[in-house]
Amino acid sequence: MYAFDISRPTTIAEAASLLENEEAQALGGGQTLIPTLKQRLAMPEVLVSLMSIPEMKGVCVNDAGEVCIGGATTHAEVARGTDTLYPALSALAAHIGDPAVRNRGTIGGSLANNDPSACYPAFALASGALIKTDRQEVAADDYFQGLFTTALDEGEIVTEIKFPVPQRAHYEKFVQPASRFALVGVFVAEFADGVRVAVTGASEEGVFRWTDAEKALSHSFSPDALEPLSVDADGLIGDLHGDGHYRAHLVRLMTMRAVAHCLAA
Amino acid sequence: MPQVTIIVNGATTTQEVEGRTLLVEYLRDKLGLTGTHVGCDTSQCGACAVHVDGKLVKACTVFAVEADGAEVATIEGQALPDGSLNPIQQAFQDHHGLQCGFCTPGMVMAATALLQENPKPTEAEVRAYLEGNLCRCTGYHNIVKAIMAAAGQPVAAAS
Repeated sequence: MYAFDISRPTTIAEAASLLENEEAQALGGGQTLIPTLKQRLAMPEVLVSLMSIPEMKGVCVNDAGEVCIGGATTHAEVARGTDTLYPALSALAAHIGDPAVRNRGTIGGSLANNDPSACYPAFALASGALIKTDRQEVAADDYFQGLFTTALDEGEIVTEIKFPVPQRAHYEKFVQPASRFALVGVFVAEFADGVRVAVTGASEEGVFRWTDAEKALSHSFSPDALEPLSVDADGLIGDLHGDGHYRAHLVRLMTMRAVAHCLAA
Repeated sequence: MPQVTIIVNGATTTQEVEGRTLLVEYLRDKLGLTGTHVGCDTSQCGACAVHVDGKLVKACTVFAVEADGAEVATIEGQALPDGSLNPIQQAFQDHHGLQCGFCTPGMVMAATALLQENPKPTEAEVRAYLEGNLCRCTGYHNIVKAIMAAAGQPVAAAS
């Protein structure tokens, strides 16, 4: 690693001020950033740790029944804090990485990074979450803008994620066992006004909504409703673990399994 | 250079570190506690697993500065006060839960964290909890047996 300093602010305002330095970089749990630094793929002068900011931690429910999660809440804390509120999210968080990674990595860090195979982007997009930062509030539909690309500006911090709880939901992950990321993951969420289906691990553009499946499932919430559908392999990720056609197959299959799980629950 | 104070196995330690000093480097190079191993240095293998404020973490993927003020537990602090092995360590010996021993400190720290969270895990829960700890010798079976035995569970179930 190149040399850098670390700051540990205790308020969002202090962190935002430190991040005005264009050579500064926000540090969440570091489970992606620290390996990146070790490869010398980044050269910040100062890392601004977001892990000592109490206002960015924890899970709560507001008066409207929406769940709010602080950006610096770890995967383990998300899993524990949402197990009765939103079991599909709790299960997703409980299967990211491994136990040690889940004790450090944060939901805000994952959403800020927007890895095309990460799990949280599928949850946020399918749940119609609102991503709150120190500067703005962005709907998930506008937040995810491609591979490792989001609506965040330089030095902007994901402070909170707010979302309604669907009537039924499930995340089905076909795990890539070496990385523990999703080879393909599909989050299905059924709301009173329709179904949302978000897919991670499949597209070269990152997480996306499978709108054909949403229409079919909003009409009839059953795996059979997906039978006539297929996914175009163009633009899907092809690597040594699976080509685009394989991933296209998995998208449909994981969606069917997620719906079947919702119906069995 | 920043000065950090970390309570390691109950003893207060204070050292000057760089921002980029990893917790595992602090333990091994500053304190000489070489029981915490560096296997992959990429947060895959779990050989560097320690507890920070009671939580299992990979010490190769945490900066020492981030542990300033925290309590850290390593393998060196796991034996009983008289120096004999604690029940988890003893179970690893009794059930041949190690061969070369390189992964063992991380395995013991992971097992300890598991049994604190879940004192009576099923075999499947033990295996799932060890997903972040790689062993290239044992094939895991005897590690799982050891942890089941340490939890007072029937070891036959982990055949």
